[in-house]
Parts: sequence; C-alpha cells; structure tokens
Amino acid sequence: MRVHLRPQQRTVELTGRRSVGRLLADLGILPGTAMVIRGDVLLTEGEMVEEDDELEVRAVISGGGG
Amino acid sequence: MKCTRCRAKAEVHLRAHNAAFCRACFVLVFRRQVERAIAAEHMFTREERVLVAVSGGKDSLALWDVLADLGYDTTGLYVGLGIGTYSDRSHEKVVAFARARGLPLRVVDLDATGPGLAVPAVAAATRRAACAACGLMKRHYFDVAAFEGGFPVLATGHNLDDEAARLLGNVLAWRRDHLARQQPVLPPTHPRFVRKVKPLYLVSEYETAVYAFMRGIDYIVEECPNAAGATQLAYKAALDRLEAASPGTKLRFVKEFLRSGRQAFVAPEEQPPQACVRCGMPSYGSTCAFCRLVDEVERRRAAAASA
Repeated sequence: MRVHLRPQQRTVELTGRRSVGRLLADLGILPGTAMVIRGDVLLTEGEMVEEDDELEVRAVISGGGG
Repeated sequence: MKCTRCRAKAEVHLRAHNAAFCRACFVLVFRRQVERAIAAEHMFTREERVLVAVSGGKDSLALWDVLADLGYDTTGLYVGLGIGTYSDRSHEKVVAFARARGLPLRVVDLDATGPGLAVPAVAAATRRAACAACGLMKRHYFDVAAFEGGFPVLATGHNLDDEAARLLGNVLAWRRDHLARQQPVLPPTHPRFVRKVKPLYLVSEYETAVYAFMRGIDYIVEECPNAAGATQLAYKAALDRLEAASPGTKLRFVKEFLRSGRQAFVAPEEQPPQACVRCGMPSYGSTCAFCRLVDEVERRRAAAASA
C-alpha cells in the first residue's frame, strides 16, 4: 500500500494487510495524533487496510500562526 | 466499530470519551460541545458581534465554521505574519473560506505595518525567537482590531491540546501570574481590552482536525516553518504519550486545574494596566511591549544602516 504522510510530504510503500492501529504503530505514530484517510473517508483503528490501498496519514498538530 | 449514538458505521473513535461516531453524529456532537462551552462559561451571546482570529489552520477555521453555523454574528481577523509562502498560502485559505461562506474578513499585513513588521525581519533585527515576536505582535493587533472595530469579544481557536501544553509549561516553570490568567474567558481589565474567549478549550486537536476534514474545510496542513523546535511542541509530544497510555489525561489536567487549581494562583490585589504613552493601548509600564519592540526594530535597523 502507498501511504502519503502529511505534512511531511513523504510517501512510503508498505506490504501486507493490517489494521489501522497496527499501521500507525508501524509508522511510529501515537493514536489520536493523526487521521488515517482512504478516499474521502476516515478510518478507525480497528479497520483493515489492504495491499492495494492508497492512504493519507495526516498529523493533527497545530500548524502555527499563518 | 459502530457509532455510539446511531449504531451506523463509525468514522472516528474518541478514546478520551470512550465513544465512536459516524460523520453526521460527530459534527452534531462537536457543535454541541462548543455550544455548551460558550453557554457554561458565558463567553458571548447571539446579540454580540464576535471577532474570530483566524490563521488558516484547522482550529481557527473550524471555530469560525461552527460559530457561523450556530448563527453567531462573526467577523474574521487574519494577521498576515509575512512568513514567506507559508503566510501567502494561509492567507489564501482564509480568504477562500470567508468568500465561500459570505463571511466578513478583516486583514492586517504586518509587512506593511509600522516600519515593516514581518516576523522574520523583526526576529532578525531584534535577535528574538520568531515565536516570541510573533505572539507579541499578534496579541497587539488582535487587541487593536477588536477595540477599534467595536467588538465586545475576541474568540481564538485554542484547543484542549494547546491549553494542556500551556498549562504544563506554566507548571514546569511555576509561572504563578500566567497560571492565574489561564482560563477560557479572560475578562477585560482595561477599557481598550475586550473579552477574550476560547470556545474550543475542551475539544482536542484531533477532534478539530476531524471536524475540519468532515466539513470539507480547506486548511493549511503544513506546520509554520518557525515552529520546529518550539517548546510548546515538546510539551504536546509529552502529553500525547501520556494520553496514549491513559486516555482522558489532557482533559482531566485542564478541567481539574480550572476547577480546583487556578484559584490558588490568583493574587488578591492585581494592578490594572495603564495606557501606553505611545499607542494608548493597555500597558503594565509607561510604554507597552509592542511599542518597545517597534522601538527596538527601528533602533537596530538604524544602527545597521549606519555601520
């Protein structure tokens, strides 16, 4: 699966089906600090993501003041 | 995972609340949380004009979206900080948001203000940390815009994570005066100050991000380039680890401080601010911190030009 990390602007390729919770752990991301997005839908940590999925993992930290 | 309210498929799981929600229910619950905070803390009424400080980030735009949707009389205030393309993109997001909803927006451009006060230039001239100069100037222009615009209240998008990180920082340094002032509603202490409120103070950064996503709000996802290494981010990271180990930690930390801790730091006789001799805005000395900063910028630029 292809995982686009924002705001890092980085893409990683992962192999193997896994839960969203496992995906975040594999990426070293704590629960509640990023949204996992497939298409225009958010995924909860129990949801499974597949080999051919394209995902966005978007950190939720505040971006500063503009 | 099923929605706690309607049993449809959930899109978001809130560990701190031990609840999950589908999109429609989450948006409803989020708005109710904000509405409850406004009512419980007597932040403002539907008859008052509210100036909403917006940066282009998820929190301030989510706040403006909720308030406008709930029928409050809102005007946006954007302070352009002059931080290169980051500020340009933030400005575009705010303008597009306001235009799409037909909401009034006021803009202050720091680069075109006074002697030229873009944050990087001020930080370079004064050798201050960019975040310190930025915070000071933003606070000044928020106060000026609210007062001159006749707004009785200024709302900012500070969320639970911001408040928990600020509280942790204040506790670690035992800043008694800062602890005394940390509250969701700051009443005015001078005729030129307006009430300052934080309607999102009990909703987490994750919740505001989810709300913004679900509402299709196009916000700036990138971090401010000056934020790297900021102490507040280190406090947030520490709190995130505690929250992961024990969900609800941030909420308890902030709520319990406000319920039973803050009062212990309130000094009985606090001197009200006087008027700054230069700009007339409230000040704890004869000249306010903003005017002293402008003086310093002009002095150092003149010295550099003559060297």
